[in-house]
Amino acid sequence: MCLAIPAKLIESPDPETGRVLVEVVGVRRHIDTGLLQDDPPLIGDWVLVHVGFAMSKISEEQALDQLRTLSLLGEDTAAREEVENYGFAEPVIVPASSPPRANDESEAPV
Amino acid sequence: MSAATPKVRFRDSQIEMAHGAGGKASRRLVEGLFAPLLMDASLEPLGDAAFVTINGSQVALTTDSFVVKPLRFPGGSIGELAVNGTVNDLAVGGAAAQNLVVTFILEAGLAKDVLEAEVRAMADAARKAGVSIVGGDTKVVEHGKADGMYITTAGVGQPIFGMNISASTVQPGDKVILSGPIGDHGITILLARGELDLEAEIRSDTRSVLPLIRAMAEAAGPGVRWMRDPTRGGVATSLNELARDCNLCVYVQEERVPIRDGVRGACELLGLDPLHIANEGQFLAVVAADQADAALRAIRNVPGGEPALIVGEIREQPAATVLGATEYGGTRVIDMLVGDPLPRIC
Amino acid sequence: MKFVDEFREAGVINKAAEEIRRLAHPERQYRFMEVCGGHTHSIYRFGLRDLLPANIELIHGPGCPVCVLPMGRIDDGLSMARDPNVIFTAFGDMMRVPGTQGSPLEHKARGMDVRIVYSPSDALKLAQKNPDRHVMFFAIGFETTAPSTALVLMRAKSLGLENFSVFCNHVTIIPAIRAILDSPDMRIDAFVGPGHVSTVIGCRPYEWIAQQHAKPIVVSGFEPVDILQSIVMLLRQMNSGETKVENQYTRVVPWQGNPAALKVMAEVFELRPYFEWRGMGFISQSALKMKASYAQWDAEQRFSVPGVRVTDPKAAQCGEVLKGALKPAQCKLFGNECTPEHPIGALMVSSEGSCAAYYNYEHRKSVLTNIAEPVGVPA
Repeated sequence: MCLAIPAKLIESPDPETGRVLVEVVGVRRHIDTGLLQDDPPLIGDWVLVHVGFAMSKISEEQALDQLRTLSLLGEDTAAREEVENYGFAEPVIVPASSPPRANDESEAPV
Repeated sequence: MSAATPKVRFRDSQIEMAHGAGGKASRRLVEGLFAPLLMDASLEPLGDAAFVTINGSQVALTTDSFVVKPLRFPGGSIGELAVNGTVNDLAVGGAAAQNLVVTFILEAGLAKDVLEAEVRAMADAARKAGVSIVGGDTKVVEHGKADGMYITTAGVGQPIFGMNISASTVQPGDKVILSGPIGDHGITILLARGELDLEAEIRSDTRSVLPLIRAMAEAAGPGVRWMRDPTRGGVATSLNELARDCNLCVYVQEERVPIRDGVRGACELLGLDPLHIANEGQFLAVVAADQADAALRAIRNVPGGEPALIVGEIREQPAATVLGATEYGGTRVIDMLVGDPLPRIC
Repeated sequence: MKFVDEFREAGVINKAAEEIRRLAHPERQYRFMEVCGGHTHSIYRFGLRDLLPANIELIHGPGCPVCVLPMGRIDDGLSMARDPNVIFTAFGDMMRVPGTQGSPLEHKARGMDVRIVYSPSDALKLAQKNPDRHVMFFAIGFETTAPSTALVLMRAKSLGLENFSVFCNHVTIIPAIRAILDSPDMRIDAFVGPGHVSTVIGCRPYEWIAQQHAKPIVVSGFEPVDILQSIVMLLRQMNSGETKVENQYTRVVPWQGNPAALKVMAEVFELRPYFEWRGMGFISQSALKMKASYAQWDAEQRFSVPGVRVTDPKAAQCGEVLKGALKPAQCKLFGNECTPEHPIGALMVSSEGSCAAYYNYEHRKSVLTNIAEPVGVPA
């Protein structure tokens, strides 16, 4: 259910069958793009492959975005504050058995 | 340091493919059935080569059988495997192969051209490896058996001077050397069977590793504690055998293990771990820390030895365990499989 | 490997791990369930538990479609292939799963024609290449895999292929999560949500978890960076008291899911009124069967199956381990009667079932040396 690998289309999908050749670090296999017929992938696109079917297109933009956000973690305070201002609340100390209370916590950044 | 080896019993009711895969089931069969009935209790049943004394001289002996489908594949064929496999078994046992004998079990209906090609391949491989084939036997079985042909070889050779290979000499601090990229052979065979519709430019790595081992012996012979050729069952199986036999921890830096792109891609796609995939032209060696660099330099100076590197070391704990570690400090136990590695989708 | 290596890079992993340590309050216990077996596999394979502080505990969920299949269903599938004309095909994951008379591989050793396929398409192709044999495909998997089976069945139908059938054991993830949340002795704070199932069903089906049960859930990718980042996001939610569904796996998971995939599933499948999940009992509306319009390709219609219910021994405590009430090593059978080589219960049967994963990747670290449990698992 879970093993799915990013692979790159190295040709255009067959418009009738959806069959297309993809490549992952030098390994090639034909896969089926039938599940992406609403927005078919093009040659050069990256797709997520599971049991020989393309499940989704992979967004390079989202991937870079994610890595950028992560690279900001642990940077100097200014960068961290910038990230924290995106709306994440300050950490709150809450006893495990009771629901969080609104006014006890310090607001200063750690 | 003697191993705390638990007594193994062979309780399976029938033979399965797993018993030939080189992993836990194979070990159960050999240690639980064959060894107790056939061998002297003092011998290590899973060692690659046996040393016997004849008229005061030490001689090394080994045997290996080759069952592969398809018979020919990128990078080699059953004939080459049959020669190189036995030469390598002796080499990692610390012996230089001198002569082989070969048995053919042939399927009725096998084309003469196919057979001739394999015999030529064997002659070539023997020449390259510096061994001579001095005898053999042939049997023919009915059509439908033997997948075309099965080959068994037995080899005899002389101990390589200066080497005393035994898991009992392995100590914490020793380094683990791997000769080159792993998984090439097993993945080549998997792809060559054509059942998975995968294509890649991967070739079997079959070759004799004797020249590399000889060079290492010359430079660091007394420091070499243990060697093995990671064939069926892969590096994981060989290292587990080591860990169990020396009752120490084999600590592997996973990022250092070289894997070619095509092998990696096939493994990721199929959900296989390269550490469990067969190799036919690689070896593992455990070398004393102060001689490891010299050993490595010597191997790298031999054509074909350039990719060799240190991939890990021996530690005290956890005992009898192979531990894989990542750069960022995560660890996992690298275990032996029961049988052949199977593709997965989960 | 693009889109993989970047998410296994040590520098980024260390940053995420540091952020986790910063966010996890020392006085608090965090119990997170990763639903999907693939996440369990990644966690162990990459040694991620070693990077977590001791007060974050990871509980392995029921998202292993092999583990939750009752033994009786395996017997049913194998009984169909007793006819020498039938070729039994299945994913590699199924091959060592024991039925009462042995696993598919053991049946193969006794002469049954059993073959591993990587894709249901390969099973269809096999049927086309062997018109005088019948190819039966033993289909397993959650919503990630079901659309592919559906598409293959649609192709079989349009080809009018007569020698092909599917034994459908597809299950759905939401009812399993619901069953866990409904158990009185469940102790889970938040969920690492299944990433690949979500490429099909999207993120909205998890909203009731956040809204009705007030548990955070983050839909997560499978690389180390993904899982760690998801934990960061869960910690932030828990610390702030908010509970919502978040998508960490944005490069692959669309919030709305994949309508085309859902459409082919709806074309071919319908929900069974109930289905037995090994270790969890009967769950209603939790599994798929083929619609009447596909009866000709439904193996359960074409073959008569024993349909015998095989129960696990009472001593197997799979259900409790699944709910997070017990750790694998605490089950009385763990490591003795029940090991990956001879599994007694659901969670030992596949290499990513919680008990098998724990056994293969962790167990020996502590048993052989009597060292404390690795960081991340409270004693």
